[in-house]
Amino acid sequence: MNMTGQGIRAMTALSKSWERAVVPLFILAAWEVFSRSGFLPAALLPAPSVVLHTWGDWIFGFDETSQGNTGRWLADALSSATRVAAGYGIAVVSGVALGIAIGWWRWVERTVEPTLQMLRPVPPVSWIPLAIIWFGIANKPAIFLVFLGAFFPILMNTIHGVKTADRNLIRAASMMGATEQQLLRHVVFPAALPSIFAGLRIGIGAAWMLTVTAEMVAVKSGLGYVLWDSYYFLRYDLVLAAMASIGLLGYATDALIKVLMSAALHWQHGSTLQSREG
Amino acid sequence: MASIELRNITKIFRDAKRKRDLLAIDNVSLSVEKNEFLCLLGSSGCGKSTLLNMIAGFEKPTEGSVTVGGKAVDGPGADRGMVFQQANLMPWLPVWENVAFHLRLKGWRKADRRDAAQDYIDMVGLRGFENHFPAELSGGMSQRVGIARALLLNPQVILMDEPFAALDAQTKMDMQEELVAIWQKQRCTVVFVTHSVDEALVLGTRVAVMTSRPGRIRELIALDLPRPRDTTGPRFNDHKRHILNLIREEGLQQRQAAVA
Ligand SMILES: Nc1ncnc2c1ncn2[C@@H]1O[C@H](COP(=O)(O)OP(=O)(O)OP(=O)(O)O)[C@@H](O)[C@H]1O
Ligand SMILES: [Mg+2]
Repeated sequence: MNMTGQGIRAMTALSKSWERAVVPLFILAAWEVFSRSGFLPAALLPAPSVVLHTWGDWIFGFDETSQGNTGRWLADALSSATRVAAGYGIAVVSGVALGIAIGWWRWVERTVEPTLQMLRPVPPVSWIPLAIIWFGIANKPAIFLVFLGAFFPILMNTIHGVKTADRNLIRAASMMGATEQQLLRHVVFPAALPSIFAGLRIGIGAAWMLTVTAEMVAVKSGLGYVLWDSYYFLRYDLVLAAMASIGLLGYATDALIKVLMSAALHWQHGSTLQSREG
Repeated sequence: MASIELRNITKIFRDAKRKRDLLAIDNVSLSVEKNEFLCLLGSSGCGKSTLLNMIAGFEKPTEGSVTVGGKAVDGPGADRGMVFQQANLMPWLPVWENVAFHLRLKGWRKADRRDAAQDYIDMVGLRGFENHFPAELSGGMSQRVGIARALLLNPQVILMDEPFAALDAQTKMDMQEELVAIWQKQRCTVVFVTHSVDEALVLGTRVAVMTSRPGRIRELIALDLPRPRDTTGPRFNDHKRHILNLIREEGLQQRQAAVA
């Protein structure tokens, strides 16, 4: 019974990561067994080991099991990621700027918001035909769709954050002589930041969803294109590898935003329910 | 020349939701001289904060005019430092950044802001808590940050809204002494809102006793007691008895008005 506190903590951390892994490992094992049992034709539900093999070839190009895609994963992932970055970047800048303007100035709200509220219920995917007519088949329609998908959640959350900013903090700052511009920069923006980050996280999910959709329809490269193309060639192992790749990249970008968020909102530490999760 | 001049102030809050208007302040005139320490004394809801907010420029009087230093008030400004009833600190800034927020607005460099903040942090006894965030402070500590922040403005007028209400007896006494020392040193004008008769008598050069809603000035009492104030002395207690009587009468009238 002479375990150090550190040792105990390391043990609980280890057992925690085990807890998390139990369900996925069980599913993978069951899937592997089921696929190899020959209950379904192997091509229709490739076993995890097969998918992993194909995925490996797609990434590293060792034996051309992924045929034309061999060794091209990085290029595919990069072209998808570039579209996400471009569309999402535009959405973040415009969504936050416009959201602050709408939340702060009544006249901006009155003039701009009704139009935006009419556009908001239109699903971004339904813009695909117009996007292709306007921008052709290339990066631009995909970036446009990504922008549409990420823009509204970021905008709405920013507006909400600005409108729920504590009026007393604005009073305190104007008591210290803040101009309107300073109020926006030093009080309203930081006060809205928790809400803005909530919008950023919803937005990044939408961004990946729409890149993949656009690549299936309007673009001839990227993970979404490989996914759809492999479907036509009945390569379900590649379809699954593409799905996993998209999931992984989506997870990674969300994790990145979470890291940025906890750095930017470190002052909340200990004062919110969320911060208790550790 | 008077430092603060309230002329025939009336404040009506329009309550759109309940379709009813609330007369919060009824025809108050008051002038506060330079270097005066005026205590506004009144029961909860009598309009003390409202009156202070009009001097600070957060609220506009429905009728009448407010001038500070000879100029009509038409908005908040750094010439009037305010200590709020709730501390109202920026939760995303550490203590020292909150204290030096004014200097941040003026574009000072970080190191200079940090230096300037230290004096005031020491003054309110928060040395060692410079890098704490508001969520990590007790109520009384937050309140002291708010005081340091207002003092750093070095304003001609300091407006304080029950700043010590949340403090324990010991800290309250220390802070009251500290405040009087600062006021004597900086030669500023203080308007101090409180609902404690003792506090008003310990601090003020004058006490304005307010009536309950609608708020009016019931009586202005000049205090010529020597400092530090002896809270057990006969003259202190004469004043206290007199003010308590005023408040009791006020309560009686209220209840009669309610019955009638
Ligand atoms: N913004 C507002 N809108 C409507 N009514 C208000 C507003 N601010 C204050 N009042 C009303 O005005 C009256 C006076 O309020 P005020 O906050 O000035 O009281 P107070 O004397 O500071 O009380 P306390 O000692 O409890 O702080 C109250 O009846 C309150 O309901
Ligand atoms: Mg009040």
